[in-house]
Amino acid sequence: MSSTEIQDLEKLANQEYKYGFVTDVEADTVPKGLNEDVIRLISKKKNEPDWMTEWRLKSYHNWLKMKEPHWPNVKYPPVNYQDIIYYSAPKNVKKLNSLDEVDPEILKTFEKLGISLEEQKRLSNVAVDAVFDSVSVATTFKDKLAELGIIFCSFSEALQEHPDLVKKYIGTVVPTTDNFYAALNSAVFTDGSFVYIPKGVRCPMELSTYFRINAANTGQFERTLIIADEGAYVSYLEGCTAPIRDENQLHAAVVELIALDNAEIKYSTVQNWYAGDKEGVGGIYNFVTKRGMCKGANSKISWTQVETGSSITWKYPGCVLLGDNSIGEFYSVALTNNYQQADTGTKMIHIGKNTRSTIVSKGISAGKSNNSYRGLVKVGKKAEGARNFSQCDSLLIGDKCGAHTFPYLEVNNPSAIIEHEATTSKIGEDQIFYLNQRGLSTEDAVNMIVNGYCKEVFRELPMEFAVEAQKLLSVSLEGSVG
Amino acid sequence: MLEIKNLKVKVEGNEILKGINLKVNKGEVHAIMGPNGSGKSTLAQVIAGKEDYEITGGEVLFEGKDLLELAPEDRAREGVFLAFQYPVEIPGVSNVNLLKNALNSIRKYRGEEEVDAMEFLTMVKKKMGLVEMSQELLNRSVNEGFSGGEKKRNEIFQMAVLEPKLALLDETDSGLDIDALRIVANGVNKLKSEDNAVILVTHYQRLLDYIVPDYVHVLYKGRIIKSGDKTLALELEEKGYDWVKEHVNELAVG
Repeated sequence: MSSTEIQDLEKLANQEYKYGFVTDVEADTVPKGLNEDVIRLISKKKNEPDWMTEWRLKSYHNWLKMKEPHWPNVKYPPVNYQDIIYYSAPKNVKKLNSLDEVDPEILKTFEKLGISLEEQKRLSNVAVDAVFDSVSVATTFKDKLAELGIIFCSFSEALQEHPDLVKKYIGTVVPTTDNFYAALNSAVFTDGSFVYIPKGVRCPMELSTYFRINAANTGQFERTLIIADEGAYVSYLEGCTAPIRDENQLHAAVVELIALDNAEIKYSTVQNWYAGDKEGVGGIYNFVTKRGMCKGANSKISWTQVETGSSITWKYPGCVLLGDNSIGEFYSVALTNNYQQADTGTKMIHIGKNTRSTIVSKGISAGKSNNSYRGLVKVGKKAEGARNFSQCDSLLIGDKCGAHTFPYLEVNNPSAIIEHEATTSKIGEDQIFYLNQRGLSTEDAVNMIVNGYCKEVFRELPMEFAVEAQKLLSVSLEGSVG
Repeated sequence: MLEIKNLKVKVEGNEILKGINLKVNKGEVHAIMGPNGSGKSTLAQVIAGKEDYEITGGEVLFEGKDLLELAPEDRAREGVFLAFQYPVEIPGVSNVNLLKNALNSIRKYRGEEEVDAMEFLTMVKKKMGLVEMSQELLNRSVNEGFSGGEKKRNEIFQMAVLEPKLALLDETDSGLDIDALRIVANGVNKLKSEDNAVILVTHYQRLLDYIVPDYVHVLYKGRIIKSGDKTLALELEEKGYDWVKEHVNELAVG
């Protein structure tokens, strides 16, 4: 490669994070740090029922007894949990019926992100529950969904309007004692999304939430709960961007999915949080617990994720396959560049008979980044006829990055069939030259090769999300070859 | 169209091309023959812009432009096409996707409008006939799981779609059985016109039975030691490369 080309690539690589801006919205913030009073204050501000406050406090006490996990293959300075603001909401939030009532500042933010709600409503048939800094400010398409009996609202609203449903299911998939971050989330979560699809209803549109971290130093503790009742179907999209920050921001979300008999949940994520600058300073710590419970027979839960952001990602969306003949799927693209670190994978817990799971993981490492796949396939004693297929591929770009694979297998039933395939490859000079010779620039060539490599995962994404994901990969890879 | 003047090229310190002179005009077919290691493939790759070579002297002009100053993709966009000796596999990228992107990037460079999907597919279908390509190969990942013959045929198919001004065919005949050779050669012949030129790099005469060259050049130890018309290829076939070597020795003595 010529020196001018290298300069061009460097220029591209040095582009500022496109979505790095701060919106000037007055925030209603509680003091820094965590104690019982802060939790009671959060709960009170949100006008929660007493059982919810108690549940939070119980979680807090569990959390106090737990230790931050250090087994992931990531390195970061110690987090001071008393130096975090645990609640921040835009002021004067009231229930809104239309976009006209939304703070114009917030609307501008969405426009900068290219996800203007007007356009979304008009063009894409996607109902958007926009989570802006912890509290929902706009919920759309609600009436249409309500006709079908579908509940799609913020978590806070669900606690007010449907407390029995929340109480019945919260913590049943990810117990408050599950892990350090899940316990923390259970104590301090501020908002998130709630979805309930009634028996036999097929949700007619993709449900989508855009998360966005805004106020400085505000840890984000989202909580999402999705329930598909018997025979129901829903496809849920989660997408994220965040503004530039010098201090690391902690994000510890919990997502729980529950599929009853013959129900199906498809959960897709495109994650593009601020990954830190070229030297690895700043960026989001993304410590997330996502789990689905295939509670009923013949149920299915499918996770598809495209992870390109965050300075550290610690995330293992998994499925507990409790119902007989239930199916769990995990399709993942995790891309790391510069100094990003990702330790991500899945857990497939086979408990019911004839349960099946598929894992397709595509790791891409560029720059000086480190990318680890960590996956657990566990087959219980009673999981007669369980089957798993895992494919874990790693693609290296350049010679300063790392790819690691940590597959764990625990098989307690002799009838189980487990297959595991793994490959590691490098983008070859000869591949790039071949595409150059057909008229494609080096950037386009790398994008084409990477997108080809991720094809099996992208085809699991809803169409418009797949396009977004491809663009995101291109942006994230800028300057990675040189 | 193409003018190579006293081109000298080193690889890892060894001089592979020691002053090549070659002029190719529109409408001409040139064959470059020579024993293994003579520098034939190096010449083709240097023209296409592969990076592993150090150019120590000379110049390459393509339609008056200094080709060596251009990035490989810009050479392609100017109209230089290399049919690879060892076509590369790109998993997950369909042939048709690669071609559409390639064609549009070439058109963009030339200030032309991008081709729309329908127009493109109609054109592709027409070109498939030229090399008897199957629909199935069109939608498969680029060269992945292709047989040797299919890969070579795919190169010529790509050439048909991209319509280069200058096509360099680097040992396109190697690894082909006689039927595949005939198909590939027919394709090249149909693509030949008054406005384009072809350089065939080959070890054997048999390709030249199908694609008849206007000029034949013998490359040996980094130099073109003999040029002639198509009869030179036949003479070479008959007498073998030892004859050339002797010829060089004579030159050296003389």
